[in-house]
Amino acid sequence: MKIRIAVAVAALAVFSAPSHAADKIKIGFVTTLTKAPAIIGKHMQDAVELALDHLDRKIGGLPTEVVYKDDEFDPEIGKLRAEELVKRDRVDFVAGFIWSNVLLQARHAVLRSETFLISSNAGPHELAGKECSPYFFSTSWQNDQTPEAMGKYLNDNAVKRVFVISPNYPAGKDMVAGFKRAYKGETSGEVLTPWPQHNDWSAEFARIRAINPRPEAVFAFYPGGAGINFVKQYAQSGLKELIPLYTVFTTDSTTLRAQGDAALGIQSTMFWGPDLPNETNAKFVGDFKKKYGYIPSFYAAQSYDSIMLIDSAVRAVKGKIEDKDAVRAALRRADFKTVRGFMRFNTNHFPIQNFYLQEVVKAPDGGFDTRIKGVVLNAHADAYGKECPMKW
Amino acid sequence: MTALLLVEQTLNGLQLGIMLFLMSAGLTLVFGIMNLINLAHGSLYMIGAYFAAAFLTLTGSFLLAAPLAVLATLAIGVAVEITVLRTLYARDHLDQVLATFGLILFFNEGVRLLFGAESLYLDLPPGLKGQVEIVPGAPYPLFRLVIIFVGLAVAAALYALVQKTRLGALIRAGASNREMVGALGVDIPRLFTLVFGLGAALAGLGGVMAGPIVSVQTGMGEEILILAFVVIVIGGIGSVRGALFAALAIGILDTMGRSFLAEILALFLPREAAQTAGPTIASMLIYLFMAAILFFRPRGLFPPKVR
Repeated sequence: MKIRIAVAVAALAVFSAPSHAADKIKIGFVTTLTKAPAIIGKHMQDAVELALDHLDRKIGGLPTEVVYKDDEFDPEIGKLRAEELVKRDRVDFVAGFIWSNVLLQARHAVLRSETFLISSNAGPHELAGKECSPYFFSTSWQNDQTPEAMGKYLNDNAVKRVFVISPNYPAGKDMVAGFKRAYKGETSGEVLTPWPQHNDWSAEFARIRAINPRPEAVFAFYPGGAGINFVKQYAQSGLKELIPLYTVFTTDSTTLRAQGDAALGIQSTMFWGPDLPNETNAKFVGDFKKKYGYIPSFYAAQSYDSIMLIDSAVRAVKGKIEDKDAVRAALRRADFKTVRGFMRFNTNHFPIQNFYLQEVVKAPDGGFDTRIKGVVLNAHADAYGKECPMKW
Repeated sequence: MTALLLVEQTLNGLQLGIMLFLMSAGLTLVFGIMNLINLAHGSLYMIGAYFAAAFLTLTGSFLLAAPLAVLATLAIGVAVEITVLRTLYARDHLDQVLATFGLILFFNEGVRLLFGAESLYLDLPPGLKGQVEIVPGAPYPLFRLVIIFVGLAVAAALYALVQKTRLGALIRAGASNREMVGALGVDIPRLFTLVFGLGAALAGLGGVMAGPIVSVQTGMGEEILILAFVVIVIGGIGSVRGALFAALAIGILDTMGRSFLAEILALFLPREAAQTAGPTIASMLIYLFMAAILFFRPRGLFPPKVR
């Protein structure tokens, strides 16, 4: 009996030992699949599946399995899921993450285990500066970058006074910091509202209306369902006709249908849009619409790029993913066709990329879509790269 | 300018208070009379909003969709009471919390399966778009005014129902001494179904009214549920009158805190610190208020008389 147990334990140890020549690739993907932001998770999951279709379901030519995990919009749960992925599922890569506060909690388990972590959305400044990691990469943006582009755009258009409003959580604070870093005019006022439970802005809007002299613009960041509430109420309050609203990550294909006419004409800055003209993007957006019947959001675009980035690295090291230094060198080259047409990595592994101005328009089918109006920043790097000790 | 802002913020506070009243009136009746902690009350609010969006798509008229959605929520409420809640009355509060929390998960996922994960579009009814200037210089969204009037009308109707009708007498009696009412031959199960249906309809009405303002999405009920519990604790559990006064007080206090606290703090704090501390303290204000009320009146402002 004792011998039998010993044999079983030995067999178990053999099977669970990490293999050196990878014969398959396992990716853990953490996103929000239930609760209010589930629609974002759906966009990301659909994009990952489309990327796998485009790769014949093989990452770097190897059979691939993706394990999806639901963070339930909760940092503690996100942390648990990340731990499960590296300890139990023993995945080779972890990707995903919508929310900065979830990523900040969940990253430790992944990075400590020396597993590569590719953020498909969240870009908190902590991970870009002193705490940058040789195992962390982003295929989205550092949080500050997009609002920096908006600040620049308002400078260029000589907008003198701006009221700033954003939710009070890590990403919200980064967005305000980024905007104020670039914007040279006067800030008429600044409000950070509780997150995520705040859903009525009537008091804040009354305050904005009462400010003298009147702000020439309102800058807002409200992702997901909060953006639907915010944009609808901004229009209903009558402020939209008085003070133009400029946003980041607030009007996208996950929210436009529910925002309806209230979002029409709102301008925002973005690194990508479904109409960005390049071959890879045309194929991505075209096939996405054909397969799922809706327009992909930026969440989907970033997730697609996450998978393509991983594929490029596994391909470059010919499946020898145990050689972490080689994988890192390959990831740093960003040698894949991105939907944004152009990107390379800053020393802190955040993308250097273009930022565009886009506007919400009525689509030919009667729905709503965004149109790119022009470039605001070319090959824009984030502000924290200098603080990151990594050199390469 | 400040006077105008004060008027506008008072209206905003009233409107938030009215929404809270619609939620908490049902909650306080159910808790006070049936002695049931119903965490799923927020789900009924969500269901009301989803029904409104669905019926609006079907009929194309908000005026038609609104009453249909309220009736449909009432039906769901009655069905839930008969199938699930009835078995819980004799159990302790912990079991009720567990079971009704399960109902929250059930309804959130059910709605997501039926309607999809994307938020639904629920526009303002065409006649109620735009703003009106009650006081010159302070335009106020017409739809929010309508919410205030509908809410006050509901409060008046509830008052008449509770104070002037036989059903109301039973409800008041039930809140004071359930066992005695039963001993006097009143059909308690039927009274409970009625009360729960009434509460569900009120929550549904809240959802219908909120739908055009907020995002119609799963989990929207939980956001307001916590505030509704604060309201019924302050108002006195079982008292509709208490719920009305507490809801209005909470609505106005919360709105005023959010709009003026940062400025008030800036008088004796550095501006940066006031900007940060203002919203944080403002979001705690109602809980401080609740603690203060409970310190002086442990059973709330208007507790039902118990003999």
